[in-house]
Amino acid sequence: MPNLLRESLHKRQTVLDASFRNLTRIAAFSVLALLAAIIASLVVGSMPAIHAFGFGFITSPEWDPVNDQYGALIPIVGTLITSGIALLIAIPVSLGIAIFLTELSPGWLRRPLGIAIELLAGIPSIIYGMWGLFVFAPLFADHVEPWLNDHIGTWPFIGPFFSGPPMGIGMLTAGIILAIMVIPFIASVMRDVFDVVPTMLKESAYGLGATTWEVMMNIVLPYTKIGVVGGIMLGLGRALGETMAVTFVIGNAHELSQSLLMPGNSISSALANEFAEAVGELYTSSLIELGLILFFITFVVLSLARLMLHKLQKREGHGA
Amino acid sequence: MTVETITTTPKMIVRDLNFFYGKDRALKDINLTIPEKMVTAFIGPSGCGKSTLLRTFNRMYQLYPNQRATGEVLLDGQNLLDKKQDLNTLRAKIGMVFQKPTPFPMSIYDNITFGVKLYENLNRNEMDERVEWALKKAALWGEVKDKLKQSGTGLSGGQQQRLCIARAIAVKPQVLLLDEPTSALDPISTAHIEKLIDELKKDFTIVIVTHNMQQAARISDFTAYMYLGDLIEFGDTSTVFTNPKRKETEDYITGRFG
Repeated sequence: MPNLLRESLHKRQTVLDASFRNLTRIAAFSVLALLAAIIASLVVGSMPAIHAFGFGFITSPEWDPVNDQYGALIPIVGTLITSGIALLIAIPVSLGIAIFLTELSPGWLRRPLGIAIELLAGIPSIIYGMWGLFVFAPLFADHVEPWLNDHIGTWPFIGPFFSGPPMGIGMLTAGIILAIMVIPFIASVMRDVFDVVPTMLKESAYGLGATTWEVMMNIVLPYTKIGVVGGIMLGLGRALGETMAVTFVIGNAHELSQSLLMPGNSISSALANEFAEAVGELYTSSLIELGLILFFITFVVLSLARLMLHKLQKREGHGA
Repeated sequence: MTVETITTTPKMIVRDLNFFYGKDRALKDINLTIPEKMVTAFIGPSGCGKSTLLRTFNRMYQLYPNQRATGEVLLDGQNLLDKKQDLNTLRAKIGMVFQKPTPFPMSIYDNITFGVKLYENLNRNEMDERVEWALKKAALWGEVKDKLKQSGTGLSGGQQQRLCIARAIAVKPQVLLLDEPTSALDPISTAHIEKLIDELKKDFTIVIVTHNMQQAARISDFTAYMYLGDLIEFGDTSTVFTNPKRKETEDYITGRFG
């Protein structure tokens, strides 16, 4: 009797275990299926535009719905420039936040500051957009842009980037708003990875007489570089795809301008603005191809990051 | 506390040292003298304060809020606990090795030069010589001389610990603090390190914290037995182990407790 019981129990466990294994497998594979389906529908959707414009779509600054002529150069450049500005500002600031939180901050300040950063990450992007348009842009136009024009605008080489009418909205403003949005992401990832550095490793460096700065730069950063680059990529991914906040402040002009103070456009804000009014197959298809390009850029950025990490590790001798 | 058999020069003198974790008093009026170019061992059960005592010698506790020390720790007559004492210069004079090997995430060569670069401006040749000198002193040169460019984290546990010792002595400190340096190592690596300590005491004053009483008996010249923040007994190792003055010491050494 007890033997029989054990056997039925065993059978039930086998069945349960097998179904559990299959369920998790389905869940895992559905991710791959979804990814493939999204890529496929983007490619199919953009076929008419690809046929009509070919490779020239990427290099042409033309965007003329009236004559059905489309080129993606301006949104691509806008996306890359605003994201670049965002990272340029966000990386050092996030690094500072993370170093302060893990090494220098007094104990009582650590939790409130950490929570504030997480709250900042939770603010919906449309609120950043509104704040950017109604509060930040006017202040920027009144106080910062005239100064930029007068001082940096006159410098050789980089001057032209910082001269132009002080309108408040434009690529630079979009980049700064993006920086504010990605700082909490990058900073909290950096803080988390700094926290896992073994105390003894840091003490070893302090024990040799290193200062906090030397310990952070020579020990903590190299030890955590994979996590740090991961955090930066997370921020970059968000900056590349951010739609709402950018749409509010970038100006949405299909113009290629050397000045960062001038309005421009980004891929995601072009999509958000124009899908509703896109009539005709070629217009819609061109927008879908823009989406495909954004997808591709993100993919390339992530792959480059992986490749870079791999090279770094090899140089250190892990690969040898 | 007086030692007749060996003549020694005092290197470090600890006077009325008290240590606090917040309100908890972890060291109680410690007084002792660490002799120069000898091995001094701190033994005692977990939580007795032996590591805490060691960490006051390079003020490592200062990294943490709520930890403080009162009293004096004199190195060649200079009070290390003096607020005016520059921490980084102090730590260059007093090297430390930890319970677990802590190679930095960089090449073996860079591991050694890390500390040296902080204080000295050596040219390429001098630096190469210094690296070779430190690795030879740490009995690691033969094993790594052909792979100095490889990562220090790729070495075995015992090699990593000798790398850490080499890194500590590369800055030419006067005192070497070893905090249970063999507790994460296998018996063979432990034997290597113990032999190394015996060699190193020709050049350095060594203070070692150990859980392993046999180790203390094997390698140290002087032994301090601590219990619950008190220094119970301090004397030359053979006396402490064969003829302890205090009953508590005898109980611990003979394994009746601890």
